[in-house]
Amino acid sequence: MMTLRGLREFCIEKAIFLCGVAAVVFVLLIFTFLMREGFSLFFKIPMTELLAGTHWYPISDPPRFGILPLILGSLVVTVGATVLAVPVGVASALYIAEVAPAGIRDVMKAGIEMLAAIPSVVIGFIGMVTLVPFVKRLFGLPTGLTALSGSIMLGFMAMPTIVSIAEDAIAAVPTEYKQGALALGATRWQMLYRVVLHAASPGILAAVMLGIGRVIGETMAVMMITGNAAVIPESFLAPVRTMTATIAAEMGETVKGSLHYQALFAIGIVLFSITFVVNLVADIFLHKIKR
Amino acid sequence: MVETQPHVEEDIFCRDLHVQFGEHRALTGISLSVHHGEILGIIGPANSGKTTFLRTLNRLNERERSFRVQGTVLLKGADIFSQIDTATLRKRVGMIFALPIPLPMTIFDNVAYGPRMHGISSRATLEGIVEKSLQQAFLWDEVKDRLNESAFKLSGGQQQRLCIARTLAVGPDVILYDEPCSGLDPISTARVEESMIELKKSYTIILVTNNVKQASRVSDRTAFFLMGELVEIGDTGALFTGPLDRRTEEYISGRFG
Repeated sequence: MMTLRGLREFCIEKAIFLCGVAAVVFVLLIFTFLMREGFSLFFKIPMTELLAGTHWYPISDPPRFGILPLILGSLVVTVGATVLAVPVGVASALYIAEVAPAGIRDVMKAGIEMLAAIPSVVIGFIGMVTLVPFVKRLFGLPTGLTALSGSIMLGFMAMPTIVSIAEDAIAAVPTEYKQGALALGATRWQMLYRVVLHAASPGILAAVMLGIGRVIGETMAVMMITGNAAVIPESFLAPVRTMTATIAAEMGETVKGSLHYQALFAIGIVLFSITFVVNLVADIFLHKIKR
Repeated sequence: MVETQPHVEEDIFCRDLHVQFGEHRALTGISLSVHHGEILGIIGPANSGKTTFLRTLNRLNERERSFRVQGTVLLKGADIFSQIDTATLRKRVGMIFALPIPLPMTIFDNVAYGPRMHGISSRATLEGIVEKSLQQAFLWDEVKDRLNESAFKLSGGQQQRLCIARTLAVGPDVILYDEPCSGLDPISTARVEESMIELKKSYTIILVTNNVKQASRVSDRTAFFLMGELVEIGDTGALFTGPLDRRTEEYISGRFG
């Protein structure tokens, strides 16, 4: 016979267990759902035509579902954002962790966390009214809605992730390494570059990967400022359309169960696979630090 | 025994040195000098300012914001606070820490780190420096076949000798040892002491130690610090057999500290 106390323990234990499992179950459910809705498209349209097709005309007759322009669109914007955000983010993390006096450090950390709290639609909006006209004028383009504008705004969005995780990694470098380097006559910069960055590199790589993961998955801001032209981008100054923006823009217009609907889910599967790999790599690096 | 005039053969000359961290007075009125090619042992109980004194000599204390210093310290006649920049000073005044912490690199790279930083890039030159430094630190024979392994695979005693080799590789004039054997077993300790006696032929050494016996074994002269003051300094034999100050006598005979 179970006592009242025993029963309570039992219930609490099971409830906590359910909450813990829920997160994993949700991921599995989402994955299953994506697969169920999108996977059948892989049988109707050859893989090569889907992944390597250069034309995305989902509502013409006959429809063409080549998602290469969308993959390249995401890639161009992500690479651009990474190139901009990583050097600035890592340098800023280094400054906060190693150089800034305590007062400035607190202000900067709070500021960067605030940046993370700005909704992406607001970032997109600000980009639209400030950056887009500026890019248009600077390069004399017919439109400022380009991959470059998208990269710059997404770079801002990736910064908080990169800075805060890289800063943790840099701050965790043992003082003994720093002293050891200084005692050998290293200047501050030599110490930071050869010892601190070196020792923190797994954490910095993880920060970069998580930043990239954030950029690939971002939808609202890119939809607002990249121009949404589903063509293979020829340069950073051309409009692009990302995978995420395609799904968001077109999902409302499709008939449930249609080929177009399934194609959007297929894009979802590709996107999911990419972010999964990126997160996995980040995880591997983070585990490397702990060991 | 207060020395006031610098002599040419003095590698380190220190006059009326005061050090403060905020309100806390860590060193008061230290005046002493260290001759070329000798080992000066510094003994004293915890918080007597021994380590602070060492870290003043290579200006490592200046990483603390509350650090204040007054007085004169000359390295071969040049004022370390005004005439030598910190990087050059630390290259010329090497330091061995209590905890041997190799850098997260291979054995070779640990020793080559300093020379590389100071601009040597030729592989052959670096190999020469690494071999010579490891030999001087009595470590070469144990690691010559595994220079490309991580330095963390070495034992504690080997790591400490690696840190010594790393310091030698940048070619210092003076080497500061901050309780180098506090975490080592007696055999490793003996090897470190052996290397110290060998090294004093070419370098000037200051050894801070909590182990009074170690000071009596290796140092030529010994200084006794107490609560931030230099109580007594003299030839090791004389200081241990007939200390001038009663507090020195009490400390070395183990009555306090």
